[in-house]
Amino acid sequence: MNDIDDGRLDRRETVAEMLRDRGPLLLVCGLGGTTWDAAAVSQSPLDFHLWGAMGNAAMIGLGLALAQPERPVLVVTGDGEMLMGMGALATIAVQAPGNLSILLLDNELYGETGRQPTHTALGVDLPAVARATGIADAETITDMAGITAFRARMHGSIGPRFASAKVSRKEQDMVLPERDGTVIKNRFRSALLGE
Amino acid sequence: MSDDASRDWPADIHRALACADVGMIGVVPDAGHKRLIDLCEADNDMRVVALTTEEEGIGLVSGAWLGGVRGALLMQSSGVGNCINAIASLSRACQLPLLLIATMRGEWGEGNPWQIPMGRATPKVLDTMGVQVARADRPSEVGETVTAMADLAFKSQTTTAVLLSQRLIGAKSFQD
Repeated sequence: MNDIDDGRLDRRETVAEMLRDRGPLLLVCGLGGTTWDAAAVSQSPLDFHLWGAMGNAAMIGLGLALAQPERPVLVVTGDGEMLMGMGALATIAVQAPGNLSILLLDNELYGETGRQPTHTALGVDLPAVARATGIADAETITDMAGITAFRARMHGSIGPRFASAKVSRKEQDMVLPERDGTVIKNRFRSALLGE
Repeated sequence: MSDDASRDWPADIHRALACADVGMIGVVPDAGHKRLIDLCEADNDMRVVALTTEEEGIGLVSGAWLGGVRGALLMQSSGVGNCINAIASLSRACQLPLLLIATMRGEWGEGNPWQIPMGRATPKVLDTMGVQVARADRPSEVGETVTAMADLAFKSQTTTAVLLSQRLIGAKSFQD
């Protein structure tokens, strides 16, 4: 299983590229694999790592984006996490925060629970769902050039935007960040608000 | 403070939220919240965010708090049931403030039996989740209750809920 070379995007290289020269960017990452990926490539106090609350990563990103309209906000999460809170795409489309970007690391499986297929493995097209809600900039990305272009739009143009990066199913080492939610919260607010 | 039925208690809630510097309101509509929603939408210092389900609101106000904005959630008691894991796994796990204002169904003169189980369970479920619950039955106590729970939520960073009783808001009329 660990030797899969499926030619798909490397998830940690993808996250590293999105966080390159991040400037004022605020990051929210969904529980499980995406939190391990963020921890592997970034140690910023402005990374809000989720260890639970499955289905709510995009909404945390929306609240943060509305509260901090001058900063780009990036939500990186998994396909299973996004499927659990798909209504958030409609809520985000209606609010239309120009500074919010959502990137799925879409490996088409539930990586933490036995690698069961998610709906995206079975035909569900989440970028098409996002477009149908009114998020015009929504696409599937299959190569690093697409990630680089998505990153450039995140910093340089008005969103909201959504992308599904088709990433490798190769299993990665767990890189575990701080797991005390109060520490993660206080660290984030201290770095952002000086509290 | 008079306790007459004409007291504009939704305006008292709006005033309490404004005084508590609440800048974001997550909403799944309920008839009992109609006037309060209108007041919040007319307030340029409040961003009203309509939600597809109440669970989204927990993420919304948590993200807003991380960004330095205080939020509150308006919902019906049935919506409390939609929030439970998010309250536990986000609000409680991170000690993030929560100010939830729920209109009660399933109690005073309820004409829809499907509302009764969740209505009866609402205060117990919230208590089990570790949410501090206060109930308002009389028009005169609504504003001070919201003020007290807002202080608890934002100053003590805890999870709170105000339950507006069905006696206060009036039972929905079902005509055969």
